[in-house]
Amino acid sequence: MILARRVLPSVVVIALIVGAWWAVVAASGSVVFPSPWQVVTGTLELVRDGSLWEHIGASLFRVGTGFLLAVLVAVPLGLWMGWVKGAYFTLNPLFQMLRPISPIAWIPIAILWFGVGNLSPIFLIFLSSVFPMIVQTTAGVHTIEQRYLRAAANFGVSRQALFRQVVIPAVLPQIIVGMRIGLGVAWLVVVAAEMIALRSGLGYLIIDSRNAGNRYDLVIAGMIIIGLIGLLLDGLMRMLEGLKVVRWRYAR
Amino acid sequence: MPVKVRVDDVGKSFASDDGALHVLDRISFEVADGETVAIVGPSGCGKSTLLNIIAGFDRPDRGTVSIDGVAQCKPSSRGILISQQGSVFPWLTVQQNLMFGLNGQAHGDKRELADHYAAMVGLKGFETRYPHELSGGMLKRAELARALVVKPEILYMDEPFSALDALLHLRMRNELLRILEKERHTVLLITHDVEEAIHVANRVIVLSARPTTIQATFDVPFAHPRKLSSAPVQELRAAILRELGVDSYSS
Repeated sequence: MILARRVLPSVVVIALIVGAWWAVVAASGSVVFPSPWQVVTGTLELVRDGSLWEHIGASLFRVGTGFLLAVLVAVPLGLWMGWVKGAYFTLNPLFQMLRPISPIAWIPIAILWFGVGNLSPIFLIFLSSVFPMIVQTTAGVHTIEQRYLRAAANFGVSRQALFRQVVIPAVLPQIIVGMRIGLGVAWLVVVAAEMIALRSGLGYLIIDSRNAGNRYDLVIAGMIIIGLIGLLLDGLMRMLEGLKVVRWRYAR
Repeated sequence: MPVKVRVDDVGKSFASDDGALHVLDRISFEVADGETVAIVGPSGCGKSTLLNIIAGFDRPDRGTVSIDGVAQCKPSSRGILISQQGSVFPWLTVQQNLMFGLNGQAHGDKRELADHYAAMVGLKGFETRYPHELSGGMLKRAELARALVVKPEILYMDEPFSALDALLHLRMRNELLRILEKERHTVLLITHDVEEAIHVANRVIVLSARPTTIQATFDVPFAHPRKLSSAPVQELRAAILRELGVDSYSS
């Protein structure tokens, strides 16, 4: 019952918007802008010829690869910058300057360096998610409470044990928050990144559908699918927050 | 009894907006091996600073601290600090917390030892719980057990039970006394609670307000278990409170 009370309003709002959309399209008699039903049939068309899975697979592959590379770079780098003051003073200004540059601004350079294959979008996705994760991880190390570091010093544990049993678990919740932000941005950037991709990806689907005969039903289908997958990915990252080793941070 | 802790002419100042803040001024005292010494004083007098210096977390501007005749230079597991805030690692279970400070033993031995001490403080059955699943009193027990398991020669306790409610506070004190009877430790206890000091300690050192010096020292010559309501105990309590500038009869 509680679930119904929480879910119902949002379902009603979505239904109302779809209804209004339908009414406006019907009333205006537009031949270009599709009705919701046309979007459904368009989507079914993509499902039937199998191209939808191809596009989804391509986008997920690029986002997955770019994001994973970003995690592999950002987490060790963030830990190092958080722990070693010199590393922080040296690298932080550079990253703070690179961070606000939209990945879209990198498109010309990406094409120059990597051409128009898979590498360019992967590079752009990497760029979009690596900085927020570095920042979160570094901040995580900086906010470890002094009392825990003191306790570790008191018990005289080795440097490795200090890192393995205190620093990393203390920062892990922040790393996961960073990963959630990073994956969100990565997925956000995929459409722009795939404007320069050839022949696959949800971003490509959207651009191509418009270019190849004003198929706005497929444009909207692509948008909705991107939204749904984004929701799913965020849900997946939320599940990480439920892991036993980080629950202490979110409890209380 | 040989001298365990020697505090010799220790002074400490901190920089503040209006010049140096003189906190500790020429403090000297000794603690014998196995003795329990309580340090009481008005709030803000630098009790915690003094304990941090003795435990090796902070350095004095002047004077020295020595443990067993050797100058104290950094914290070690020979003396464990228990603070009011507590520092049980929230990302480790009770058992993992207790095993944290144990070095150079087989994993099974560590776990056995950890479980033994968990049981000793009444946490049997909670070994695999995380700190956020424990009550405030149980958390304190875990903290105490984690300190005891490494068999420290000295326990540095900085208002260890102050955050607990009165009933729990008393229960933890009794627990501590029971443990100290079984396991020999030298204890330095910082407290603002005169009753706690008399209940636990062999000797009470009264500090003055800033710049802090030792104002008086009282022996507590009563055998355990101590009856806190008895006349001699109450007299001692009144005498200590008078040193602190509080007339215990007027209120």
